[in-house]
Amino acid sequence: MSDKLTHSDIEDIMALVEGSSFDQLSLEMGDLKLSLRRSGAGAPVQGSPRPTVATPVPTAPMVTSEQSATAPAASPAQGLTDVPSQMLGTFYHASKPGADPFVSVGTVISPDTVIGIIEVMKLMTSVEAGVSGIVAEITAPDGELVEHGQVLIRVRQD
Amino acid sequence: MPAIKRILIANRGEIAVRVIRTCRALGIETVLAVSEADRDGLGARLATRSVCIGPSRSTDSYLKVGTIIEAALGTQCDAIHPGYGFLSENQALAAACDENDIIFIGPDAVQIEAVGDKLTARQHAIDAKVPLVPGGNVSTPQQAAALASEIGFPLLIKAVSGGGGRGMKRVDRVEGIESMYDLAVSEATAAFGDGRVYMERLVTVGRHVEVQILSDGKTILHVGERDCSVQRRYQKVVEEAPAPCLPTKMRDDILEAALRFSRHIGYRSLGTVEFLVDCERDEFYFLEMNARIQVEHPVTEAISGMDLVAAQIAIAEGQPLTLTQSDIQLKGHSFECRVNAEDISADFRPSPGQVGDVWFPSATGLRVDTHIQSGAMISPHYDSMIAKVITWGETRDIALQRMRDILSICVLDGVKTNIPLHRVILDDDDFIKGGVDTNYLGQLLEKVPANTMTGIGG
Repeated sequence: MSDKLTHSDIEDIMALVEGSSFDQLSLEMGDLKLSLRRSGAGAPVQGSPRPTVATPVPTAPMVTSEQSATAPAASPAQGLTDVPSQMLGTFYHASKPGADPFVSVGTVISPDTVIGIIEVMKLMTSVEAGVSGIVAEITAPDGELVEHGQVLIRVRQD
Repeated sequence: MPAIKRILIANRGEIAVRVIRTCRALGIETVLAVSEADRDGLGARLATRSVCIGPSRSTDSYLKVGTIIEAALGTQCDAIHPGYGFLSENQALAAACDENDIIFIGPDAVQIEAVGDKLTARQHAIDAKVPLVPGGNVSTPQQAAALASEIGFPLLIKAVSGGGGRGMKRVDRVEGIESMYDLAVSEATAAFGDGRVYMERLVTVGRHVEVQILSDGKTILHVGERDCSVQRRYQKVVEEAPAPCLPTKMRDDILEAALRFSRHIGYRSLGTVEFLVDCERDEFYFLEMNARIQVEHPVTEAISGMDLVAAQIAIAEGQPLTLTQSDIQLKGHSFECRVNAEDISADFRPSPGQVGDVWFPSATGLRVDTHIQSGAMISPHYDSMIAKVITWGETRDIALQRMRDILSICVLDGVKTNIPLHRVILDDDDFIKGGVDTNYLGQLLEKVPANTMTGIGG
């Protein structure tokens, strides 16, 4: 390979990883970093394993996490998808005290399913799941502060 | 008011670390509000805990009043320390703290308004008999000519709706003042839709001298003055205390004027009153009051032995000042160099990125306020100041020599910094002599082009 990775180089590498017994590969060439991870590594394999490719922008290393922090992301340990909070505020499981929670473990959800409410200075914002699947875990307690980026629920995606 | 037990720090960088240091000493817990970019910073590690308030961009995190209040309530903080910059002089935050029974560590919303609005502050200065740059409103060419002879030349004709250097005309002599006035009015009308203008004396050779104020609302004290004349494009680069080569009478008059202004507005907190010293006329004029802890507060701490953040917290708790003016004894001399991650050879462009090794020696009379450690990431989202190096000495020469020594051996690599510029300043005869004016750094950079400055961090 030359010192520039081409698309076909990456496909070759992905094929090598898929055929190997490794779950993860990190490669650094000059100022390019490539990391491959088998999705659901460490968990029972569901369907076909698809390595995720992340190629950070070489010149501006600190901007890479910007979009990803509040986007639903695979949490590899359990093969579940984390749904993080888009903002800091108080997280509520139900529309009012005593009402049924929006979702519970086992609820089937779609991306526009409301999973809770976040209050910031008396302003209520409903939180949508952003992914579809089955609620596997509710990680943020009712009525407590959640940080920006904190995981609210975990979802087993279809 | 009850003693503060837990403070939310609504800031970042070195000032967050600085506030945490005092809170630890006072046994106060800290919650640091961090953006995504600062999650792994030194402040987050030193605070009792941190909460992520939003994305890196400060408009989405550090500048959100509601989020800051919510973070303080959700973590059971009794007070918010706003640091400097960001929301430190934001009336809405001070008012929201009040509504939510949170102590705002600063003056109240009314006082923030009194000093934050330039026209209001000017009126207060007039009422308090604090000198202002001579000038006034004019509405006819004849008035302009009459006022001009009072003010003297050079002077500026400024558009009331202008600002930031726009809508200004310089006038050097009385001949033709009427036509200059007419021209200024028509330009102001065309540019701002508002033809009102005023005239002001132009200070061509001035020094920036500011007074540290400490007040519980009843007892109003000063902690001496600082000289911040070494500036580049209105950004302070080197500060020192006390102001060198200032005649005793003028120093006393400036300190007294700062006390008078603070007393007039009933100021209660830590604050700074800024003045412009007119070197050619031996006069000084009120510029503004800053209702916050200042970046350059350590030079005052160095010569007074006081912890200004502790004093600020005590006042916010409602404790009366137990000091009198004669208890505040200023000793020796102190300098602060602001180390910025910037490429001085490329027009001082910010130079963010990952720092390599960072090392400052341990030395007598040295203090380094920084949030940067080896391998730290300097985010492009915030200002480029990465460290403040502060030295103290029994005399100005000793403090200056200590600063030279430290900046020649410290290590800060991986990013470009302005340390080479500091070293040129510290070796420059005019600076060594003391008492330079605000034109100084610009002139030095013409004499010694920045791209010829080399050395550590260059």
